[in-house]
Amino acid sequence: MLVPLTVATAVAALLLAAWCGWAAYRDQPTKDWHFIGMAVVSVLALVQLVVGIVQLARGDKPEQGTTIFVSYLLGAFACVPVTGFMSLAERTRWGSVTVAAGGVVLAVLQVRLYDIWGG
Amino acid sequence: MAATQEKPTTRLISGPGMLLVWLYGVMVVGAVSRSIVQISTEFEHAPLAYSLSALAGVVYGFITYSLVRGGETARKAARFCCAAELAGVLVVGTWTLVEPSAFPDTTVWSEYGMGYLFIPVLLPITAMYWLRKTAPQGDAA
Repeated sequence: MLVPLTVATAVAALLLAAWCGWAAYRDQPTKDWHFIGMAVVSVLALVQLVVGIVQLARGDKPEQGTTIFVSYLLGAFACVPVTGFMSLAERTRWGSVTVAAGGVVLAVLQVRLYDIWGG
Repeated sequence: MAATQEKPTTRLISGPGMLLVWLYGVMVVGAVSRSIVQISTEFEHAPLAYSLSALAGVVYGFITYSLVRGGETARKAARFCCAAELAGVLVVGTWTLVEPSAFPDTTVWSEYGMGYLFIPVLLPITAMYWLRKTAPQGDAA
């Protein structure tokens, strides 16, 4: 697994979480800029999904199994977009909190992905 | 979300409820997919742990569905399940500490959900508080 990409995704996810947390603190719903941020993080997760699948196709094996690795990649990719849609349905500060929680979950998934790949 | 049409029933996913749905959704995916993988590949290794993970996944799924569905019956059912969930976390958590040999592998509820940032133990408490707040006026059930 590409470690720099994993780290970049985790950091971006935490920044997104902090940003949306700040919006929630100021009692604001998610705005266009937040959605651009979510898009950036989602693209990183998508790149990671592609890179992961390419590495599997080249014959590399994750330490804890291919099935688990791919499920985590898919989960990581779905994570932020899902919270984005939820924040569209909940136009209050709580929508922002939900996106922030999505960012934290994605960061945790990155740590797990790193473990699953085996460093 | 699917259940956004206006209904006279109690809406459970407005405000903090939305955050709860997200966290419960994560736990559903986590617990269910984990137990599917483990039960289908290495069930004999730790049958008790994997069965408990599957059970946890089902309970989480039901709570998530109830929250999204909304209404008074769903609210009561969700509250009951949250209580069951809390009991499950506490019992299994204590069990894993007292007798680790019964669990060759961890469950979602091991050590009070430490592997999941203690979300499994914090979530039912928060949810029960929320479901109490959304109760109709004068009804604290």
